[in-house]
Amino acid sequence: MDGQGTDRVAALDQRSIDLRRLIVRGLEGGGRGHIGSSMSLVEILRVLYDDVLRFRPDEPKWPQRDRMILSKGHGCLALYVMLADKGFIPLDTLDTFCRRDSILGGHPEAGKIPGVEASTGALGHGLSVGVGMALAARMQGRDSRVFVVMGDGEINEGSVWEAALSAGKHGLSNLTAIVDYNKIQSAGPTREIQDLEPLLDKWRAFNFAAEEVNGHDVAALRDVMNRLPFDPGRPSAIICHTVKGKGIGFAENDASWHHKAKVGPDMVAQMYAALE
Amino acid sequence: MRMTCLNMIHTLAQRDPRPVFIGSDLSPGLLGAMQKEMPKRYYMEGITEANVIGMAAGMAMDGFMPYVNTIATFITRRCYEQVAVDLCLHNLPVRLIGNGGGLVYAPLGPTHLAIEDIAIMRVLPNMAVVAVCDAEEMVRLMDRTLDWPGPLYIRLAKGGDPVVSDARNGFEIGKAIPMRRAKRGGVSLMATGVMTTNCLAAADILERDGIDASVLHVHTVKPLDEGAVLEQAADARLVVTVEEGVAVGGFGSAVTDLLVERLARSMPPMLRLALPDAFPTKYGVQNDQFQVFGLTPEQIAASVRSALT
Repeated sequence: MDGQGTDRVAALDQRSIDLRRLIVRGLEGGGRGHIGSSMSLVEILRVLYDDVLRFRPDEPKWPQRDRMILSKGHGCLALYVMLADKGFIPLDTLDTFCRRDSILGGHPEAGKIPGVEASTGALGHGLSVGVGMALAARMQGRDSRVFVVMGDGEINEGSVWEAALSAGKHGLSNLTAIVDYNKIQSAGPTREIQDLEPLLDKWRAFNFAAEEVNGHDVAALRDVMNRLPFDPGRPSAIICHTVKGKGIGFAENDASWHHKAKVGPDMVAQMYAALE
Repeated sequence: MRMTCLNMIHTLAQRDPRPVFIGSDLSPGLLGAMQKEMPKRYYMEGITEANVIGMAAGMAMDGFMPYVNTIATFITRRCYEQVAVDLCLHNLPVRLIGNGGGLVYAPLGPTHLAIEDIAIMRVLPNMAVVAVCDAEEMVRLMDRTLDWPGPLYIRLAKGGDPVVSDARNGFEIGKAIPMRRAKRGGVSLMATGVMTTNCLAAADILERDGIDASVLHVHTVKPLDEGAVLEQAADARLVVTVEEGVAVGGFGSAVTDLLVERLARSMPPMLRLALPDAFPTKYGVQNDQFQVFGLTPEQIAASVRSALT
């Protein structure tokens, strides 16, 4: 796989476009949001919720459910869209994003939003929480699986690698770490800010069975996630090569679209147009 | 006190399915009996404090009650954001047990002195903060932890501390214990942790000098037993708070905040005996440090006498 992982990305299908249009709806509602960080996540979350996770929208705390922690909490618009799509929350809740009395903040909160397992936003927390959940499932004899979706910038945090040590030590085959490797963090390209390479080798060195995939190729994502766990005695890691801002041509691979605070009608119209 | 506390985790785990032990990198064989009896509920995770807190949170989200133990500075300062976000924001029943609270690790220097642990834990929403005064009281505290719904920080003392608590007083988290009573208009000494022991001795010294002093043992700094503190303060000619930690934001600060808000102009005079806003520069043993900071019984009594004149 090439470093950027973008060359062979097929055109987005209608479902991926529709989900992105819902992200724009949330951005419009809040007048702000992490655009690039949400757009790169869409296919990862789509495949998780459409094809992989076991859940009951009408019973969000169903004990036998799989747990999905969006550790890169700033990508929450992509999660909110999936939760609305699956019926955890009404679709029009997206219009209230970041508003004073909304349940949908700029980072997801577990106590407020059905289907959100852990409040995230402070980076580098999710994998440890996921390790605890995976150990809890093991202690309780549940076959629930735990998925933790992290950003590439996020895994600069040392706590992620502390958690990786624990997951590897315990051989948590019910835990999957997913990295949204869009190659751009807030300040610029990851290879300049804090280079992660060789990333696949790092996860393998921490005793994960790790694979990489094009994070916008729905069929490839389905295939790789349907093969989980990659090793019956070890945790799995999936490095998803993605494009920051994917689907909004003028925002793709541009660090300035990591977050926008003043999303006005013109910008919203441009984003919708890009998703025609 | 430490071994009593840790052994209680095993005892609690035998009678309740929720307790789990998580240590960092503690003594070899620590809680070996628990590890042998229930290996799936015993974790020694190495020097990964941030990870350990998140892991405890994840377990608590799925019904467990983790008891996490390591050195007090590292379980508070090192992983403060995990404590704030993973435990307090989610309001999870995780128990943090800090070895060597206050000045216990005097010979090891400022990296190991937990002098601001109470202050920084106290400011976190949902966190309860407890410092008992001896091993027998520790047993009573640990018994109550099974019923406490949110996160809890337990500060451990040196160990082998004189037993001054009394089972007849019972124990409730958040309920201060009057250990010595005084007549109206006496001096009110209020303390937490082993400073209660020093205050009881100071009260004996003061009595010989004809000064009547009560001692309120505020083992739970948060939630503060406002009723007990106000009741003691209302009758006192001097309120004295004594703590083995920094004055900024600590126990005395909590009492002062309450009295200022509730008593306004009828505030009694106050004396706060605590550590200054500085890293300690001396070594020695805990008692040496008490002397450095004016926290021995004799020094407490002398400070009270001086404040009354």
